[in-house]
Order: sequence, then structure tokens, then C-alpha cells
Amino acid sequence: MAHADPVETGGPLLPVRGVQKVYSSDNGDVEAVRNLTFDLARGEFACLVGPSGSGKTTLLKCIAGLMAPTSGEVLLDGRPVSGPPKKMAVVFQEYGRSLFPWMRVRENVELPLRNAGMPRAERGPIVDEALSAVGLAHVPRSYPWQLSGGMQQRVAIARAIAYQPEVLLMDEPFAAVDAQTRADLEDLVRAVWKRLGVTVLFVTHDIDESVYLAQRVIMLSSSPTVVQEDLRIDLPEERDQLETRGMPRFIELRHRVYEQIQLAKRGVRPAAELAPAG
Amino acid sequence: MRLKRLGATLFYALALPVVLIAVWFLATRSGTNGFTPEPVKLVQTFFQTWIGPAFLEDVVPSLTRLGLGLVGAIVVGILLGLVIGMSRFLRDLLEPLLEFFRAIPPPVLIPVLMLLMGIGDVMKVAVIVIGCMWPILLNTIDGVRATDPVLRETARSYGIGGLARVRYLILPAAAPRIMTGVRQSLSVGLILVVISEMFAAVSGLGYQIVVFQSTFKIPQMWSGIVLLGIIGLLLALVFQRVEHVVLRWYHGLREVENGGTR
Repeated sequence: MAHADPVETGGPLLPVRGVQKVYSSDNGDVEAVRNLTFDLARGEFACLVGPSGSGKTTLLKCIAGLMAPTSGEVLLDGRPVSGPPKKMAVVFQEYGRSLFPWMRVRENVELPLRNAGMPRAERGPIVDEALSAVGLAHVPRSYPWQLSGGMQQRVAIARAIAYQPEVLLMDEPFAAVDAQTRADLEDLVRAVWKRLGVTVLFVTHDIDESVYLAQRVIMLSSSPTVVQEDLRIDLPEERDQLETRGMPRFIELRHRVYEQIQLAKRGVRPAAELAPAG
Repeated sequence: MRLKRLGATLFYALALPVVLIAVWFLATRSGTNGFTPEPVKLVQTFFQTWIGPAFLEDVVPSLTRLGLGLVGAIVVGILLGLVIGMSRFLRDLLEPLLEFFRAIPPPVLIPVLMLLMGIGDVMKVAVIVIGCMWPILLNTIDGVRATDPVLRETARSYGIGGLARVRYLILPAAAPRIMTGVRQSLSVGLILVVISEMFAAVSGLGYQIVVFQSTFKIPQMWSGIVLLGIIGLLLALVFQRVEHVVLRWYHGLREVENGGTR
């Protein structure tokens, strides 16, 4: 595995280089991800969409340092990711299983900071701010399981932003909440991204959601996975659930992503992969 | 409303015992058989026998042995369970062996440990520790192993490792199973303290019951058995209170999940 030179300042924050992941099982090896290469710039909001089973979660875990790729590498700030980096936070789909049920809301949000050795006086205001940023300042003493699904996911988001990451990874975070809550949470994530200036990589299977949220949509092919297309979303920065989704440009982009996903599902590979390497 | 509920609780708790005691009273009224206990006499004997010096000489030593043994079993069981449960290698290596040791009835330890440690209090406490450890140990291992994988990944992604991982993740996640093990070990502990005292002792409840029996102090013997029942009951009540506090989150979570209101 070739080691890339540290990226000079101004380069991409998070380069993903030729990531491949092969699972070995009793029935032989399964290549979940073949060859994924893309860069995330600092402060960017990118969505990753792909047909189900396209290895989105596998890729996210490789980026998060929760899983080692079979080959290729992920760099953060010029350093290869070999374990969960300090400056990264993950929001999982299964909010109910990602919050500690024996801790109250506030303790859940506070735990990563406490574990990092931040003094109480310092972490207190950070936790308060994170909770009010997600609109949960009123329930710090509740247990997560006393809250609705949407509120639980808000707690998980509060925990992630209190950790003050440079990169926020979200793995289909709203797949299990109802449509109304989902729209609220989408706007919440946009607001948090703008306010904190973090880099967001948001995995979703929902095409509308990806176009609505992101500055850029990275479409994956079906397994074994490569990048199908990398699409810039040139919608105005101010997004509104009704207005943005009603724009002709939104519909065009949505169309484009939908088409590509359909092609990917039918097994059409991107032209780049067929061209000779180099 | 509250009063009514309290009344109902009391009724269900006391109705059957009251009936049984009444039947017992009527059946033993003629009092011809000297070996059969009679309720009134039993209550009198109970107070005469156990309130006073006997409390210090026999009840306190028994309770001390039981207490030390249980605390030892809980500490050893949880620590070993955490270590074994967190290591795939140790788990695979040791589990068949542990199941075997668990299957051995703990009272047979008594003659063995008598040979190794003599007949003193150390032996009796050791018997309780070793006998009570198994349910706690095996349940802790299971609880650690069953820790939710999403929760594990969450902890990892936030850099929670080492002792912090045990404290914030593994131990609380295993707590419901650990408490199940502790509950099972309570009754084993009471059995072992009595049997070990019957084998070799100069004090304790088990010892006194054997002495009463061999000197034909039959009502006193019965009163000792009643006292053991009371101790077991109190132990269970204390455990219930502790469990309620320690696992408050767990019972709440279960209630929500079973209620299915969301």
C-alpha cells in the first residue's frame, strides 16, 4: 500500500484513495467495495447515495476508522486513518442502540468529553449549547428511551457536535424516523453544518434527501462498488423544504441522481472504470 | 385509591399464610406427637431461643460468614467474568470447563476444603465464595458478550477505551445479567452457610439446629428453621431494593419496549 505524502494546506481534508473491502466468509470472499476514490474538501457537505447493498455503510466504517480497508487508504488532515480519529464523530442509523440507555440525555452528550478528560467547568457550557442547538435543552434529565425516535436521534446529533469534530459522518441517520420529523432533522443538520463549519459526509438511500441536503452527491455503483458519478448540487445555499424542493433545478438534479441509481441497479458500470487505468 | 391498593396487596400477601397457620393450629391442637411443632409454642420458643445471647453467638456468625462469602463471590465473579467475557480467546478456552465446574454441586466442596483449609471460618467463607461464584461468573460472561455491537462501535468511535470502556459500557451493559446471577447466588449462599456449619463448627445456625435435633429440643430445632426462612426472605427483599435502584434504567426501557406506544 503506497503512502501518500502529507497533503499541503489547502488540499482536501479527507482524501479517500482506492478503498477496497473484501469480507472473507465460509462461502468464499465477498467484495463489498471494489475501488473508491474521492476527496472531501474542508467544510463540504457531501451525500453518498447508492442502491441498497452497495457498501455505503462499509465505506463509512472504513472512513470512520471502525474497519480497516483491505487495500487503499483514507487520510484525514494528511494522516492515514488507522483507528477512530479524534476529530471525527459518527451518527448511526440505529439511534435506539447508539445511545447509552443507562445514562440520562445530558450524560450521554457529555460522556465523550468527560472521557477525553475535559474539566467539568469547561464541558458544561459545551453540552448546554449542543443540547439547545438540537432543541433539547428542556430534557437533559430524561433517559433516551423516554423520548421519541426523532428526539433520540437529536440527542445523538448533540453528542456528535459537542465532541467538536472536524468531520461528521452520518450513516442513514433518518431512515427510521417518520417523514415529518425527518424534514425537521434535515433542516437541523443543515443549520448545524452552517453554524459549525464542519465537513459532513451523509450516507442515505433517499435521493430527494441527498439533493436537498448536499452541495455534492456522490453516487455509488452496485456491488462491487465504485463511484458511479460525482454530482455538484448547484442549488442556492438557503434551502427550504417547500421552495427548494419545488425548484425546476431541484427536479432536474433529482432526475439525474435517480437515473444514475437506476443504471447502477441494472449493473451498468461507469465509463471511467472501463477505461485503462492511469 | 392508594389505600385500596395497599389493602389488596396486604390481602394477597397474608391470606394464604393466615389460612395455613389456622389449619396448622387446629390440626396440632390435641398435641399428641412430640415431634410436630405447634404454632403458639413455636412462636414462644422462637423468641426464647433466638432473642438474647444466641443471637450474638449463632446468628451473627452465620450472617457474617454469609455476608463475607457473598461479597467475595460477587467481586470475584464480576471481575473474572469481565476479563473472560471481553476476551474471545479466554471465552472459547474456558467456557466448557466453567460449565463443568458449575455442574458440580457446591456442597461437595465442603469436605474437600476441610482437608485443605481446616474447619475454621476461612473454610466456610471460601465454600460460599466458590459455590456462589458460578452463577455470577457465567452470567457476567454472557452479559459482556451480549453487549450491543452498535453501542460498542459508538464507544469506539468516541475513543472510549480501556477502563473507561469497562466503566461506561461493558459493566452497565452486563448489569442486568449480573443481577440475575447475584439473585441465584443468594439462595446457594444460604444453603452453603448452613451445610458448612452442620459439618464442622462450634457456632452458627446450622450448628445449633443439629445440636437441637440431637438433644431432642424439637421446638427449638423448628424455630431455627423458621429463622432461616426469615433470613432468606429478608435477603431477597434487600436484593429487590438494590436491584430496583441499580437497574432502574433497564426496567424503564423494558416497560417502554413492551408497551409499544411509540
